[in-house]
Amino acid sequence: MNDIIAAADLTPKDFISDQEVRWCPGCGDYAIVKSVRKALAEIGTPTENVVFVSGIGCAARFPYYMATYGFHTIHGRAPAFATGVKLANPELDVWVVGGDGDMLSIGGNHTLHALRRNIDLNILLFNNEIYGLTKGQYSPTSREGTLSPSTPMGSIDHPVSATSFALGAGARFVARSVDTDQKHMPQVLKRAHAHKGASFVEIFQNCIVYNDGAFDNFAVKKTAPDTQLHVEHGQPLIFGAERNKGIRVNHDILALEVVTVGENGVTIDDVQMHDQTNRTLAGWLARMEAPEFPVAIGVLYCDPTESYESGVARQIEEAKQKSPSQDLNSLLKSGHTWTVEPT
Amino acid sequence: MSSDGNTALKMAENSREEVDSVVVRFAGDSGDGIQLTGGRFAETTAIAGQDLETFPDFPAEIRAPIGTPYGVSAFQINFGSGVIMTAGDAPDALVALNPAALIVNIEEIKPGGLVIVDSGSFSEKNVQKAGYDKNPLEDGSLEKYRVFPIDISRLTLEAVSDTEVNKRDGLRCKNMWTLGLISWMYDRDLGPTIAYLEGKFAKKLPEVAKANVAALKAGHAFGETAEMPDDVRGFTIKPADFAPGVYRTVTGTEATSWGLVAGAQLAGLKIALCSYPITPASGILHVLSRLKAYDVTTFQAEDEIAAVCAAIGASYGGALGVTSSSGPGIALKTEAIGLAIASELPLIVVNTQRAGPSTGMPTKTEQSDLYLAAYGRNADAPLIVLAAHSSADSFDVAIEAVRLATKYMTPVMLLSDTYIANAAEPWLVPDADQFEPFKVEFRTEAEGFQPYMRNSATLARPWVKPGTPGLEHRIGGLERDSDSGNVSNDPENHQLMTNTRFNKIAGIVDDIPLQEIESGGDSGQIVVVGWGSTYGPISRAVGHLRDEGKAVSHIHLRYINPLAKNLGDLLARFDKVLVPEMNMGQLSTILRDRYLLPIESLCKVTGKPFRIIEVEDGIRAALEK
Repeated sequence: MNDIIAAADLTPKDFISDQEVRWCPGCGDYAIVKSVRKALAEIGTPTENVVFVSGIGCAARFPYYMATYGFHTIHGRAPAFATGVKLANPELDVWVVGGDGDMLSIGGNHTLHALRRNIDLNILLFNNEIYGLTKGQYSPTSREGTLSPSTPMGSIDHPVSATSFALGAGARFVARSVDTDQKHMPQVLKRAHAHKGASFVEIFQNCIVYNDGAFDNFAVKKTAPDTQLHVEHGQPLIFGAERNKGIRVNHDILALEVVTVGENGVTIDDVQMHDQTNRTLAGWLARMEAPEFPVAIGVLYCDPTESYESGVARQIEEAKQKSPSQDLNSLLKSGHTWTVEPT
Repeated sequence: MSSDGNTALKMAENSREEVDSVVVRFAGDSGDGIQLTGGRFAETTAIAGQDLETFPDFPAEIRAPIGTPYGVSAFQINFGSGVIMTAGDAPDALVALNPAALIVNIEEIKPGGLVIVDSGSFSEKNVQKAGYDKNPLEDGSLEKYRVFPIDISRLTLEAVSDTEVNKRDGLRCKNMWTLGLISWMYDRDLGPTIAYLEGKFAKKLPEVAKANVAALKAGHAFGETAEMPDDVRGFTIKPADFAPGVYRTVTGTEATSWGLVAGAQLAGLKIALCSYPITPASGILHVLSRLKAYDVTTFQAEDEIAAVCAAIGASYGGALGVTSSSGPGIALKTEAIGLAIASELPLIVVNTQRAGPSTGMPTKTEQSDLYLAAYGRNADAPLIVLAAHSSADSFDVAIEAVRLATKYMTPVMLLSDTYIANAAEPWLVPDADQFEPFKVEFRTEAEGFQPYMRNSATLARPWVKPGTPGLEHRIGGLERDSDSGNVSNDPENHQLMTNTRFNKIAGIVDDIPLQEIESGGDSGQIVVVGWGSTYGPISRAVGHLRDEGKAVSHIHLRYINPLAKNLGDLLARFDKVLVPEMNMGQLSTILRDRYLLPIESLCKVTGKPFRIIEVEDGIRAALEK
């Protein structure tokens, strides 16, 4: 990777391209692009070694606004294109950007396989629970009953949970952030970048035109301390404006529950510690929904293993060790040959 | 070998008949190892210095129910001392290891041809399963052939009785017994096959190796010593008159794969093959997966779409992106191919065509994806279309595909088919040191750079590797400014970009050879125009008619888009143009459209290659019209 580059040289401005940003005024994407630029400046990878790959949708316009290499591809396939880029040049920092329709509907298959393969991509899913660019149809993350042009009587199918999906796919890094949380998001993005292997970050993003306020039940800053649980590895799962609420495992029903420290004999020691390498816990955290639970934000799961492109490079190296010749003639004459002598 | 055996061998050799060429078909159950038998026989034929062409023909089912006609696997080989260009029309000899193999293949055998059957497999049950009412060996229905029933099953079990394999494994050696007999019949050395069997089994399954070798030798000894009927004897075939040099046998799958590696080396690129398994194209993925030492990265994607997308991503990253598939898979890739055209990135798409539409007949050959290659994308989206005409030709065509894709920053569709992919033929191995390199020069100069600036001669845009400082840029599927590449909905710009994409591909006509005439004069009564694997039968058919004094010529196309500059003029010089194709007339449509000539079609879509006689009859009929 590019650890040798001095971070101090880059500022968020260095990542602003000359293209006019064309998202709707007030769109959550503005806040996300700002956070991403800030994170990249702090990471310090030179702009030429950064590639943004996207599919189709509002979020997928992202590469145009970054002064890095970028490839705006076709609907749903960004993880596949990004896989090719990374295989061609494993030295690049490759970021994949897409929305919930792009990455969980038409491209769900590619998201699944990029994650289970564990190729070193930073995958950012902007979840606004709606199709924006096609003017407001419900999406695979829309809640039941969503009224939209294609569901005038309310949607009847059940939404997918992005983080549960990622964990089920075998992702080794799963995290969450909120578009407006400018302090939190760059930190999560830096963690995603530092993770060697596929990292999956769901960012709750408000669509001001077609789904405004979809996340108000947990994303509003004023009430966030009571509706969000910011998880930290090795720290108790504590939240609340007074930091007195916690998450405990109820062993009788094998499920999480909200408890208040100091009430009913609950002490801080009863509160579950966050262990980012515990996949089961990550799955439970991913499933916590408002209003019954706070929504878990931060790195839910991080447990690295060999990344796909490293394995590919390793096998190529092993093959070269075994047969060091790359001479074409020896390939063409491998196996059985015979010679016809001039008569 | 006993001294009796040696004596018998001498006698047999004395009575061998010399022939110029022979067509043999092996047939049996799909679990009988017919393809292995045929492959080994082809290898020893090549070693004997004869020219050859093979036609493996197997069912799509891996193990169809035993003894059924749809489970029959066959392997045909045409070999001889002259030039061999097809796998042969009607076989001179058939080896049928069960009644089903007999019923499926007998109609195609030459009248008077030799039919060797394993009489041990003709139980009442098997005979009925094959669809016969009565045992055909007993009812006289085969009287127009020279039928030679041998209880191969029993003889094989006897041959392996000294080894420690069970009855089931012992019986599985009957393909080697058969190969031994046929090897005797056509004067083949057993040495290479014994070495092969020992190499394959000796380490892990030494008893299986022993049993196979014993069966092979027993089959051979049977030919030497048995009291053969008078009309069954051994043959000798002289070596073919090959040009001096080093030879090997090669299938289209191998030649295509190696051609891609060669092309990538000549271009100075790392190769990234991104594919999804599909019959009959998977072989390319298998071959290249074993060539990692040649800087080949292979990626088995989750689906056809991911495969092509990853290949395009690899090209964007500065490698040579390649994807290989067959018709149904290519159909899935079309949207992404459009992006490669729009973003102007090199991409090789190998289509090993099979019979369709839809799933069709996955193991049978056809040429029916020509429209798909030429037209099968949304909007005006031209790309280069090349076609290989034989197994060996696939090597050169693959190199040419890489040259054009990288020079013009465009996808190239390379058309092959099931027949070419699987057929083996001898190949004069070229000297790679003599290949002309076409090294890709990536743009590194930031000064004056625009992503869609163009080389005025080729109209290609610069290829920039991400990682190059100062050249950061964004590309994509949205229409883009003709210079800066920034998103543009400007009407005039779209017209300009569409024209440019069109002209870039059309302009390649100046970079490809003029169309040559394969055989015959450059004007006359009729020209037969072909593309792809019809090369062999057309060449032979035209040759036969020319021997009769008919003014017939043969043109075979490698370049289908663009077509060679002189093709229209050439065709116009003939009274008639006949296009034999394994589809309903797709090249005919393209040629009519392009040259407004009255093109006639000769169509065949049975899943089998043209026979020479079918093309000959077609030409005669066209001449008489």
